[in-house]
Amino acid sequence: MTRQREQWGTRLGVVLAVAGSAVGLGNFLRFPGQAALNGGGAFMIPYFCALLLLGIPICWAEWAMGKYGGRRGYNSYPAIFMLLGGRPGWRYAGVIGLLIPIVIYMYYVLIESWCLGYAWMYLTGGIQLAAEGGQYAEASRKFFNEFVGATQDGVMMHGTVHTSVVFWMITFAVNFIIIYHGIARGIERFCSVAMPLLIIFAIIVLIRVLTLGTPDPAYPERNVLNGLGFMWNPKPLRAGAAWWEELANPQVWLASAGQIFFTLSVGFGIIANYASYLRPKDDAVLSGLTASATNEFCEVCLGGLITVPAAFVFLGAAQITQSLGSTFALGFHTLPVVFLHMPLGRMIGAIWFFMLFLAAITSSLSMLQPAIAFLEEGLNLGRRASVAILGLLTALGSLFVIYFSKDLVALDTMDFWIGSVTLFILALIEVILFAWVFGAQRGYQVAMEGAAVRIPRLFTFVIRYISPVYLLFVLIMWCWKNAPQQVSRFREPVPMLTLLVILGTLTFLMILAHVAGQRWQREGVEAPAEYGFAAQAKDKL
Amino acid sequence: MTIGGWVFMLTSVGCVTALVVWCFYRILTRPEGTEDIHAPLEINTHDREV
Repeated sequence: MTRQREQWGTRLGVVLAVAGSAVGLGNFLRFPGQAALNGGGAFMIPYFCALLLLGIPICWAEWAMGKYGGRRGYNSYPAIFMLLGGRPGWRYAGVIGLLIPIVIYMYYVLIESWCLGYAWMYLTGGIQLAAEGGQYAEASRKFFNEFVGATQDGVMMHGTVHTSVVFWMITFAVNFIIIYHGIARGIERFCSVAMPLLIIFAIIVLIRVLTLGTPDPAYPERNVLNGLGFMWNPKPLRAGAAWWEELANPQVWLASAGQIFFTLSVGFGIIANYASYLRPKDDAVLSGLTASATNEFCEVCLGGLITVPAAFVFLGAAQITQSLGSTFALGFHTLPVVFLHMPLGRMIGAIWFFMLFLAAITSSLSMLQPAIAFLEEGLNLGRRASVAILGLLTALGSLFVIYFSKDLVALDTMDFWIGSVTLFILALIEVILFAWVFGAQRGYQVAMEGAAVRIPRLFTFVIRYISPVYLLFVLIMWCWKNAPQQVSRFREPVPMLTLLVILGTLTFLMILAHVAGQRWQREGVEAPAEYGFAAQAKDKL
Repeated sequence: MTIGGWVFMLTSVGCVTALVVWCFYRILTRPEGTEDIHAPLEINTHDREV
């Protein structure tokens, strides 16, 4: 390897970067909705079980995999998979670790730009909701649909450049400027400022929400305490049942496992890439735990106390219940109405949406780095060429989503097949590779090297048996519940075209992985001899 | 807000806050570059023996 190795600058820097990758819109918009819909406070029991048995063990496994690849000079998923699996064919499975962040980036950067656009509009005059007969929720929905072009395909590119496309271009450029500066000078430096700022902004909004009292005397029941109660009171999903009876309901366990999975960024193809830039003796265990804990803090302590109580106080239970299941409905339809009624609402709206933008950009940056690493080490390209190729690929994909904007069908299709189903598949492959092919004991040794805290020995048992079974259960149930509806949509042209875009990207990456693999074999991917098994790995290559 | 709601909210928020504070305390108080020493410190290297 002749390339200069990139590394994180500080321990705190890597923690903030990984936490930034995990903290996103889901922490503030998806979690509160899922919790309120699935038992309120009772949701937290399966939620913490999933965190301990699924989230943190897989997170540690991904950190260990990345660290293992990094000490041999490899940072991309195909190379790390090839090293761990000991066979060249594993690199094709590793391609999924490139496909997921690239495709998610194509639509996520668009959502990110909406947050920036909303923040700008609040800052420069607020979002004027021209409601007829006090129908603010409908006016807010209409405003959002026009802003994102959900009314018609191609509306964003007709004639003049649409406002939201301008924000997309700014967001897209900012992402690539930061990523161009590399790990320490780009991602780490940005996240070291953005993450503390994000938490400060969220605390400002939290204080505003908790001091609202009873803003409308005409509705005395709409107060902050009842808002917190709507979110946190344990409640059954079915009328007449006790809340604890719902703990036997698979729907609650599925929702909580899904939330933990999405929130920690496990299975995204990101954590192992970030961890590969650690120095050989750097700690991975405490860093991984801290990044997960920071994500949980943003989700439970900030998201859990802000979004639903604020919406309840101004709109009441009946109006917000229908938007709880949708991130967009809660974030872009309901909350603008809340800010319209809230004292200092314009300022709080600007802070809130800029905070969401920061949460989103720290995540989108992490989606670009795995592919950059692959292009650099797989094809021996320089940073500039890698950034240019990835920029072109993601811009084309993102423009596709912008063009086919009607009812956000293209975005939804990508989100379901790549942002949900493929995540579970990659996580399952990772767990099998780490715990069964590489070996849980060896993985434990890798993780513990330089560790600041000890992983309980139970980890090896959990990662071998409990995590894969839990994952398989969630994957099957998730597909059982959602896939039929998504498959039936392939009769329409836009979902089918979206599938072709995904398959085209996958094919392109497979070809690159094939070429890269031949190069790595010529180089001779080093055998991990110190763990006593891999002399065989080199022989097999 | 019911007592159950208070219990779930305070327990969840309290546990997560305690965990994040403990983690950052450990991260920030551990000197940069510290490596775990896997061998006993009292090894006699005999480098002073004639």
